[in-house]
Amino acid sequence: MRETDRRGQNGVGRLARSCSVFAIGGAAMLALSSSMAVEQAFSNLRPQPLRSGFETMSPATQAMQARDSDNPAWFAVEEGARLYQQPAGLQQRSCASCHGDARGALREVVPLYPRFDETRSAPIDLSGRIEACRVRHQQAERLPPEDDRRLALQAYLGSVARGLPMTPDPDPRLQAARARGQERFNQRIGQLGLSCADCHDRHWGQRLGGSMIPQGHPNAYPLWRLQWQSIGSLQRRIRACLVGVRAEPWSAAEPAWVELELFLQWRGAGLKVETPGVRP
Amino acid sequence: MSRAVVRVPQQVRAGEVIEITAMVAHPMETGYRTGDDGRIVPRHIVRELQCEFDGQTVFRMTFFPALTANPWVAFPLRAERSGLLTFTWTDDQGRVVIERAELRVS
Repeated sequence: MRETDRRGQNGVGRLARSCSVFAIGGAAMLALSSSMAVEQAFSNLRPQPLRSGFETMSPATQAMQARDSDNPAWFAVEEGARLYQQPAGLQQRSCASCHGDARGALREVVPLYPRFDETRSAPIDLSGRIEACRVRHQQAERLPPEDDRRLALQAYLGSVARGLPMTPDPDPRLQAARARGQERFNQRIGQLGLSCADCHDRHWGQRLGGSMIPQGHPNAYPLWRLQWQSIGSLQRRIRACLVGVRAEPWSAAEPAWVELELFLQWRGAGLKVETPGVRP
Repeated sequence: MSRAVVRVPQQVRAGEVIEITAMVAHPMETGYRTGDDGRIVPRHIVRELQCEFDGQTVFRMTFFPALTANPWVAFPLRAERSGLLTFTWTDDQGRVVIERAELRVS
């Protein structure tokens, strides 16, 4: 068992390395062959069959998510819808002033995030995009990463895209970051020496201290967590995992967050957006 | 911010027993927890939910600590005729949230 694990991990490590070399070394080639080659290289690394965390929760928790009037995260969605229309900053412009009705223009775009940000020349997640829009276009004050208003806007945009499949952006400039995210996913960390893959690839569906280990997909964030008694981001969830394996959580500025999210989004591609979810 | 969500079934027949659900946005701070400074966080919970049907109380509930944040309540109601349901939540600080919903009986 131990040997198999180790072999499996070495295989994954080699693959991750070759992918990142591929992505950095052959940008032109990548543009030609698009994401197909990467798709094939990665294809045995997704959990089979793909299962949203929704499917492994108790029927009571599922019922909370199934109807919006029973879902406590819905308050955040309605707050987000209000903020979307509210003028802010020096420009006194709202999100809607530029983007119009979110159900039209943005619906198709939300499931693509994280995407490549031209200004920063780096990948950016949806939360980062909202912040960038506020600062660049609205000239409004910054919102801290886990701010209720930022979560509310994110929850609203996610709810607009509900039911669409998570779709990794094929932009070749994202591949190197995605490969780094994959390396992180497979890297053993913390005092317990566990990687994400140890639980979420090799032991999903089994139990850890009485709790079901899900496959760990990002398709329902931001979501209401019963344990938190509040809505929270994917980063907050990952931070809890990092603390759980007794590793030092990364600082908010680390690119690690968005890299890992890029990989997770690719790994769960095809799962439907469930935002705002409910999880135990 | 929308403070409350209620659900009343549509297409109800006279005499039918229906399920009403009501959820209010509230932190429901128990008064037993300590904050980062080690002091007790003051209790801040919803005290009471009252539901009136055309001015007549049809459901009342007293809340206590240890209920979830954003408490969700469901109760049955026999629908005799159409009318207006008024939900009133009152909390420890005297704040009141009122939400109304139409009940249509055919």
